[in-house]
Amino acid sequence: MARLDLQKRLAILSDAAKYDASCASSGSSKRDSRDGKGLGSNEGTGICHAYAPDGRCISLLKILMTNFCIYDCAYCINRVSSNVARARFSVEEVVRLTVEFYRRNYIEGLFLSSGIIRSPDETMGQMVEIARRLREVENFRGYIHLKTIPDADPALIEAAGRLADRLSINVELPTDASVKAYAPEKDPRTIRKAMADVRLKKEAARERSHTGRRAPRFAPAGQSTQMIVGADGATDTAILGNATRLYASYGLKRVYYSAFSPIPDATAKLPLVRPPLEREHRLYQADWLLRFYGFDLDEIAGTAPGGNLDLDIDPKLAWALRNRHLFPLDVNRAARELLLRVPGFGVKTVTRILTTRRHRTLRYDDLTRMGAGMKKARAFVTLGGWTPGALTDSADLRARFAPPPEQLALF
Amino acid sequence: MPTVALPSIGTDAAWRAAARAHLGAGTPPEALHWQMDGGGDLFAEPAAPLPEAAPVTVPRAFAALAGTVVWHRDPERFARLYALLWRLRTQRGALQDRADPAVARLWKMDKEVHRDLHKMRAFLRFREIGAPDLPRRRFAAWFEPGHHIVEPIAPWFANRFGDMDMVILTPDLTLSIEDRRVALSPGQAKPPLPDDAHEALWTTYFRNIFNPARLKVKAMQAEMPKKYWKNMPEASAIPDLIAGAEARVRQMQAAAPTLPPARAAKITERWMTETQEPPPADSLEALRRQAEGCTRCALHGPATQVVMGEGPRDADLMIVGEQPGDQEDLMGRPFVGPAGQLFDRLAEEAGLDRAGAFVTNAVKHFKFQPRGKRRIHQRPGADEVQACRWWLDAERALVRPKLILAMGATAAASLTGTGAGLLKRRGTWEAGPDGTPVFLTLHPSYLLRVPDASARARATDDVRADLAAVQARVQALRAA
Repeated sequence: MARLDLQKRLAILSDAAKYDASCASSGSSKRDSRDGKGLGSNEGTGICHAYAPDGRCISLLKILMTNFCIYDCAYCINRVSSNVARARFSVEEVVRLTVEFYRRNYIEGLFLSSGIIRSPDETMGQMVEIARRLREVENFRGYIHLKTIPDADPALIEAAGRLADRLSINVELPTDASVKAYAPEKDPRTIRKAMADVRLKKEAARERSHTGRRAPRFAPAGQSTQMIVGADGATDTAILGNATRLYASYGLKRVYYSAFSPIPDATAKLPLVRPPLEREHRLYQADWLLRFYGFDLDEIAGTAPGGNLDLDIDPKLAWALRNRHLFPLDVNRAARELLLRVPGFGVKTVTRILTTRRHRTLRYDDLTRMGAGMKKARAFVTLGGWTPGALTDSADLRARFAPPPEQLALF
Repeated sequence: MPTVALPSIGTDAAWRAAARAHLGAGTPPEALHWQMDGGGDLFAEPAAPLPEAAPVTVPRAFAALAGTVVWHRDPERFARLYALLWRLRTQRGALQDRADPAVARLWKMDKEVHRDLHKMRAFLRFREIGAPDLPRRRFAAWFEPGHHIVEPIAPWFANRFGDMDMVILTPDLTLSIEDRRVALSPGQAKPPLPDDAHEALWTTYFRNIFNPARLKVKAMQAEMPKKYWKNMPEASAIPDLIAGAEARVRQMQAAAPTLPPARAAKITERWMTETQEPPPADSLEALRRQAEGCTRCALHGPATQVVMGEGPRDADLMIVGEQPGDQEDLMGRPFVGPAGQLFDRLAEEAGLDRAGAFVTNAVKHFKFQPRGKRRIHQRPGADEVQACRWWLDAERALVRPKLILAMGATAAASLTGTGAGLLKRRGTWEAGPDGTPVFLTLHPSYLLRVPDASARARATDDVRADLAAVQARVQALRAA
């Protein structure tokens, strides 16, 4: 096979990588190159260097080392049985691309993934070599995210964690049964064991030895995972239930929900129907409610009678509409936990309310200046200059927020 | 009206010095006019130089706010800051009122400057202007910031690109960093910059990372407004990508599934033969592999892995706990978490030969309730204990211990049929299902949970004594 030029291979191997939702470059340790001996810095907050017309942030150079793969996962464009064009990068090429893109301020760093070639160990070994060259030869201090291959030798995972800021292993699908059905070579237990291993290594790196020496740092930006939504029949409650367990079990920084998207040369095994992108959005909203707003899974499930979240209104509003007996809340008196449950109030707004409330009584106009979304909130709060009256309990409250019903086409 | 003219380089420090001096002199905000150098007010009357003022203490948040807002483009910024500073003398808490119109306005300006800084870090694009083999490579960029942010952003560029030299040209100011030395000079018109071959590669990347099946143009423009596009090489691809997206998706959906390439079947077949597990080393290993696929109860779903017992195959003593905990579930080994470590310590103090015993659990999967970032242990139910007895029985059949130590109510229930009244039954021998003597004691995790210190010490002594009693019986058995 003739070797394609770099431009063509970059096209193939970035096209192959786009189905991974994660592109975060945040949450790692602070560092810079003010010593003049290296390249790159990290301030803990990520930077999105560009946005594609799909609205997604481009923060990292997200590529596959190769899209040759011996696995046959139905949802994946790179499965062995697909006729997609194949290519591979050499270690040197990935290093060069990363450094040259970084110098021109295109990216925060590298997100490297790969198809499985020959064996998991060989593939993981080459990925680790790329990270090692970046760190040790190029003195690269930008962000590195390595996709971890669950079946690889633990020593390679250990090396990967020393070099990278973040490791990730995809659970791929929400239930074990669908992983077995659609990714026959993958084992959900191996995936969980690999995530457990990363958590243990990260915890071990935090401890000091008896001489007080700190172990070398391990994946300071933690680990994340991704679940494809809409490829199998799993409900939103099942998906969120799994996410809750993953957060609790493996200390994940993020669970990414990726709406199954039509791929070129798709297999007949999967329907090419596109799940509404809104579903992905609602899942992220529910995920945030679970992690930052003190909601528990049963409360979210209570707003999703068929197991799926309401697509027309956000889950917090859906919860509030079903729990109107708790509202309206007096903004000048209510506790933080309850304020967090008001639709239209974010964590920042609530913090601002609490600090300002110490000095004086709040009025309606104050909330607007503090960044509260009063269009939603006004039905659920009472404060100086405002009382919702019958609005809170009005029968058409939901209709005020949901998009108007669409007339179905006759033909 | 006295006018303070501030320079366009070093604005921050000059504003602070002037504000401090006027505050010290008691100049009220309405009696002061602020402007930038060359602000062009012909009738301005320069403020008389004031004596060096004593340091003024301001809330930390004000210093941070002023340090950002001075770079805002709004000509009123200095006056607004000074007015707030004036208020802070008598109203120390003013800054904390996020709804106060004057304060809210300044925070809004703060946010706008931060956003501008962030966007400059994100969207500025360098082109190489020196030879790539120079010891310090040279790059240049043209950028049009919304506010006066070139000066405050300089350290970020210096610290990020420590091993290269750069010139950042803007209409306001020119920033050059050579050998990590930062220099600012007046701005200029956009100069021609040499082409950079990497822009084509970068645009290729941008085109291909885009997923046409999820077009969200508004979301893109909210974060990357059009005003930045003209200085970003990849932005030229955007109209084309948007226009072609729908056709590309339709094409994907219309395409009939293709036949797999010829090599696919061969690769899959080779994978199947190469990844076959070697035969199990012994019968315990074989048992573990069977248990990995166990679905006798619902606990296998949420847990990481099955945790089987470990120890010598010919152990005289088998020690049975309740179930794996958080750490055991992660490591796949029994008795390694906090309760296991406490057990190890007590065993050592009691002289119990821990390494010579086979340690296992009544239930082989971790039962828990997720709570935020932690897993809360839950006691297994009678049905789960019953379902898992099958595996404990299989382990007993392979190891054939002469004595069994059951720790906690769950182990007692599994081995003797009931876990009730353990506090009364502990320290005694009972008969197991096949007549093997079973010694009952408390579970070490119980000791970790007793709230009262003296009660805990008593219970710990009890368990230690129990372990010593078991060891005595093991030794008697070996001597016999």
